[in-house]
Amino acid sequence: MRVRRVGDHALLVEVDSTDEVAALHAELLRRRAAGALPPLDNIVPAARTVLLDGLTDPKQLADDIPTWPLPPVPADEGPLVELPVRYDGPDLAEVAARWWVPMEEVGRIHSGFEYRVAFCGFAPGFGYLTGLPERLHVPRRATPRTSVPAGSVALAGAFTGAYPRTSPGGWQLIGHTDAVLWDPRREPAALLRPGVRVRFIPEER
Amino acid sequence: MNAIEVVRAGALTTVQDLGRRGLAHLGVPRSGALDGPAHRLANRLVGNPADAATLETTLTGVAVRALAPVVAAVTGAPAPVRIDGRPAPWGLPVTIPAGAVLDVGAATHGVRSYVAFAGGVAVPPVLGSRATDLLAGLGPSPLSAGDVLPLGEPADCPPPVDVAPQPAPPAELVLRLRLGPRDDWFTADALRLLGQARYTVASASNRIALRTEGPALARAIDAELPSEGMVLGAVQVPTDGRPLIFLADHPTTGGYPVVGVVPEVDLAAAAQARPGTPLRFQVIA
Repeated sequence: MRVRRVGDHALLVEVDSTDEVAALHAELLRRRAAGALPPLDNIVPAARTVLLDGLTDPKQLADDIPTWPLPPVPADEGPLVELPVRYDGPDLAEVAARWWVPMEEVGRIHSGFEYRVAFCGFAPGFGYLTGLPERLHVPRRATPRTSVPAGSVALAGAFTGAYPRTSPGGWQLIGHTDAVLWDPRREPAALLRPGVRVRFIPEER
Repeated sequence: MNAIEVVRAGALTTVQDLGRRGLAHLGVPRSGALDGPAHRLANRLVGNPADAATLETTLTGVAVRALAPVVAAVTGAPAPVRIDGRPAPWGLPVTIPAGAVLDVGAATHGVRSYVAFAGGVAVPPVLGSRATDLLAGLGPSPLSAGDVLPLGEPADCPPPVDVAPQPAPPAELVLRLRLGPRDDWFTADALRLLGQARYTVASASNRIALRTEGPALARAIDAELPSEGMVLGAVQVPTDGRPLIFLADHPTTGGYPVVGVVPEVDLAAAAQARPGTPLRFQVIA
């Protein structure tokens, strides 16, 4: 673990894996809920780091964090969200070719794993989901699309996810969900928040 | 309820307040007024709390018609202020009669003027803020001619007339910069250059980032950086090597290394620096 200073009011805690990020993030939320964390604005997990922003005195915390035990997050911990998906995306054939399976198998394989939201970014409510085995990782598209429809279920690198609204995007599109992933009038606004477990449920076509 | 009608929207006029805090983990930027002190002063001049929403203009000002009498104040980038064509003071409270048009002209210096109305612009808040976030697409759309914006109830007691000294927009922008978290991704020469080089503010600057033109910073580590959390004022260095400074609508995560962070108090001047303004970084260890 390495703790890096970010300006005068933030720390970036760097660990070795997304699983360790999940453990550190869970520990930070436990401590915040218990009132054992100094006041701060944001706890932002990412791929290898957790950012702590809006601290009055980051020094003390920078010294403390490396001494914390960080138990791994149990696989069944955290709220579960089920997303119905039609596996009919425009990149289904390309993903099937990269996986060496028939197109009809992509949905069965993708929906056969349970995922977890590692972090959000790119757009409000866009979750980066981990849990896809490494042999199934596919690269981003060489040329990003200028417009990806809202609800598109997609893959890129170690991550899978779903576009909360229409936006440009470079991920491989394998399907579509009608779930409302982002609604600022709803509490919580984002369906896919860090720590949430996700299952994709194939819909009959 | 009082309201204003947009007569001339200007190049880019948005509703701004103090923004959305505590939602970065959902991918929601802070947003809010780019020149925080100017936004706060405008509110103070009309008796509003600091979190009341104001209008933030960009270079060419804005004109609005008051549907009922209202006290307003213009701060930030200095600009000619007129009420139904008659000159009115900038930086002081002015009363707009019912049906009269408040016209904030093109900024004579600086970039962004702030227009506060007693009671505040009362569009419905989204996630606790009325701010327009141009990156995340939250809050009201930038103003268009014909838009009608509701105003809130003014405070009971009229505000005392405030002495309103305001910093002049910078002829040269000097931004302090605290190195890290990824200064080790750059060569020692690049870090030296960062503190000595003359940059200029690039025309591609916007509410998301102040972009720069000037010498590229060479990387010591060429690997791809996994996405990590970004703070306001982060100086990110994309592949072209030109540092950019993240402003209020910045993305919450990013995949380019952050060489250092500019303290928030220095960002108000950055918000008023026009393209072409000389810029240098003063590195603080």
